[in-house]
Amino acid sequence: MINRYPLWKNLLILIVALSGFYYAAPNLYAPDPALQIAGASSSQQIDDRLLSRAQNALDEAGIGFFGEVLQNQGKSALIRLNDREQQLRAQSILSRELGDGFIVALNLAPTTPDWLMEGGATPMKLGLDLSGGVHFKLEVDVAAAAERKLNQYETGIQKQLREERIRGRISLDGSKIAMQFRTEADRESARREVADLYPELFLDRVDEGETWSLYAEVTEQTIKEVVDYAVTQNLTTIRNRVNELGVSEPLVQRQGSNRIVVELPGIQDTAEAKRILGKVANLEFRLVAEANAPISERQRFEYRSAERGGMTEWLERDVIITGESVSNAQAGFDQNGQPNVSISLDGEGGMLMSRATRANIKRRMGVLFIERKYRTRYEQDESGEEIAVRIPYDEKKLLTAPVIQSALGAQFQITGLDNPGESSELALMLRAGALAAPITFVEERTVGPSLGAENIQLGMKSVQVGLALVVVFMMLYYRVFGIAAVIALSGNLVLLVGIMSLLGATLTLPGIAGIVLTVGMAVDANVLIFARIREEIRSGSPPQTAIAQGFDRAIVTILDANITTLIVAIILYAIGTGPIKGFAVTLSVGIITSMFSSIMGTRALINLIYGGRRVQTLAIGGVAGKATATEGAAG
Amino acid sequence: MKVIPFMKWRWIAIAISAVALLAAIGSLSVRQLNWGLDFTGGTLVEVAYSDSADLSAIRAVLDQEGYEGAVVVSFGTDKDVLVRLPDGYSDEQGALMVDKLRAATAMDIELRRIEFVGPQVGEELRDDGGIAMLTALGLVMLYVAFRFQIKFALGAVIALAHDVIFTLGFFSLTGLEFDLTVLAALLAVVGYSLNDTIVVSDRIRENLRKIRRASPGEVIDVSLTETLGRTLVTSLTTLLVLAALALFGGEMIFGFAVALLVGVAVGTYSSMYVAATTLLQLGVNKEDVMVPEREGADQDGLIP
Repeated sequence: MINRYPLWKNLLILIVALSGFYYAAPNLYAPDPALQIAGASSSQQIDDRLLSRAQNALDEAGIGFFGEVLQNQGKSALIRLNDREQQLRAQSILSRELGDGFIVALNLAPTTPDWLMEGGATPMKLGLDLSGGVHFKLEVDVAAAAERKLNQYETGIQKQLREERIRGRISLDGSKIAMQFRTEADRESARREVADLYPELFLDRVDEGETWSLYAEVTEQTIKEVVDYAVTQNLTTIRNRVNELGVSEPLVQRQGSNRIVVELPGIQDTAEAKRILGKVANLEFRLVAEANAPISERQRFEYRSAERGGMTEWLERDVIITGESVSNAQAGFDQNGQPNVSISLDGEGGMLMSRATRANIKRRMGVLFIERKYRTRYEQDESGEEIAVRIPYDEKKLLTAPVIQSALGAQFQITGLDNPGESSELALMLRAGALAAPITFVEERTVGPSLGAENIQLGMKSVQVGLALVVVFMMLYYRVFGIAAVIALSGNLVLLVGIMSLLGATLTLPGIAGIVLTVGMAVDANVLIFARIREEIRSGSPPQTAIAQGFDRAIVTILDANITTLIVAIILYAIGTGPIKGFAVTLSVGIITSMFSSIMGTRALINLIYGGRRVQTLAIGGVAGKATATEGAAG
Repeated sequence: MKVIPFMKWRWIAIAISAVALLAAIGSLSVRQLNWGLDFTGGTLVEVAYSDSADLSAIRAVLDQEGYEGAVVVSFGTDKDVLVRLPDGYSDEQGALMVDKLRAATAMDIELRRIEFVGPQVGEELRDDGGIAMLTALGLVMLYVAFRFQIKFALGAVIALAHDVIFTLGFFSLTGLEFDLTVLAALLAVVGYSLNDTIVVSDRIRENLRKIRRASPGEVIDVSLTETLGRTLVTSLTTLLVLAALALFGGEMIFGFAVALLVGVAVGTYSSMYVAATTLLQLGVNKEDVMVPEREGADQDGLIP
């Protein structure tokens, strides 16, 4: 039968539309302002007693709250507040009440009802331009990382040649290591040694008069690996630090080859955030003090790990080397399959280490992990108002204290670790001490909460006005067909929001602009179809044939036009950052949903209205009434 | 239906386009673009005063504090103030400046946003933007050449380049700020204009195959006439929503909306005149769009 969709097609459209509604629905429920409490260290538990302390503090301050609950098996707690205005005040009250052992974070708690949660429906995340917060872009200094690597090679080669008693001059020449020898034989054996030691280096022999030269060049590939390593390293470190900031949903993401993007919703104090992100963790290697050492020459330190909590060790006051000398640390296994950590030091560090350990074999050496922490103190300022003062201090804790088995050099191992988990954590800590390359802030954007809220409001208003204008126009111009198109268009909007929520996409201001643009462009497919139907009618086709032909003939055009636009949208996504990516996502999803809704959706509606019955005229405007032809068929 | 003789007036259209493009390129080379912070690097601070702000007082404060090259303007309302510092200030200066402004007035100052962009980022964005634009044009040309024919691809790309240069010229002449959202809008213009061009090309291809005994010029006229209604309706609905965006979307999205408004308007014109005229000048004809014989049918002889 002409213009009747089979049942399965109608059902499919219905199911897609209902799913769209289901997944879009969570966005209708405004989130509650809330505070999230978590322990400063991961082992810290939060119990009902702590929660009631928090409740009492809020009660006393007259801040309304509800729905307080423990989460993640007591790792964190959530308290919802009645009023968003009081969120910041409530945060400082709780931070003060609970002390430095706990982190109180601002949060927007979703209010998605259970029947939506069960199907995995969640609201769209808001981008920083809508929610307010800080966006940082950090760059790892590639040149510095490469230089550091080059210095390591130089030291390594020097040491190796010395050991093999090959005489020659070694120096740095730009991005190469230059080696000069007296004889060709020397150069040849040096070449073999270097090639064995560092197969990744590119070696080039040059004869310059009396000297036989050898140049070792670090390949692009190696530099890339070094940078890659440095970025990964920084990424891990920054992730750990961001958790200290008390942000409920931070984003730490690598971008390109040497950039890291950090987004902290809700944070306003950028100076504080930067202090913590850029904070230097460091290491110290010291000998364990002998029992009879005078007290003025030794210090006591606690172990850092929870298993050895409370245990302490006396170390000498003299520092052998600091973490800056550590160029690499890697977890692995020794010959017996026991977990160990291999440590590489730079040239100077290796020398100091060898000097210190040579005379102290069979003694133990402690590795201290130093972290900059902050203590909060409350003071009165001149006007009598209470202000929080953050006082920095260094916390030094012992990571491990292994026995020195032999004189150590630039490369040595720490063995005797209990399990692979311990060794990889130790390696991470050792590397964290000296970030493999310096990082700089190359971009920073702070959006205040009021601007974010205003952006949402303005965006919503433009969507509404734009949609209203299009709806009025379509209904006037295309009558009954216009109504079908408008219903499909509304369905398209719901579907777009639903898919974006399902994809976990972030809504940004340009994203909203993309939605507005989609509204305007989505009707295009319908306009194309309706124009074809009008042409068919003018050329004398009966109404049912006109509908069928109109849809069929327009589809090719619609596909071509939309695929090319999709190409552009994907390119936009590939180059764009942050908000622009949001726009590209909206545009791409919008193109796909609009094809579905305007081809399948509108067709289903038109079929329901006209299909399977005798129709004399079609209310499509333009031609149906007085046949005032503006377009016509020519073929 | 009366066929509108579009191609008869194509020389006028070419003249108009040529003048507009020359003006755009001239302005771009002389006045260049008013690059936004995203591209130049630097610091931008937006603050809201509780009452109308005294811009000259703010300038005096910044002068006194040694912020050389600071530009102070009001933003949207007389309470909102935008301060832009050129590249070279450190990433901490934005927040410090807000503190200094706070100290200098009795009014409440609310921080709306701070943006700091390092010079390397800006430069990179400009390069990436250019590359993206060229990649987009290249890929589109490939797709159209594959789906249609090389002449259609050239027509489409020339039309797109026309729209992009025109819109860039518009931003150069008016001195509107060219930021990252405008770049995104420009790529969206490419997408939109392309959409239009494809619809027109599609009809021209169809009619070239269908209408016998008509010159290519006549076929193009017929095709443009047939698609005119659709082209205008779609442009109208798009322009309607863009106008809503420009009027109600707020300052941060204004440049974006304007770029699209200009681009869509020009794109509508270019899909009719630039793309079709190029096709005609390239000598498009029936042979270009003939459905190929079954592939391989004439290759049998090659196999020994």
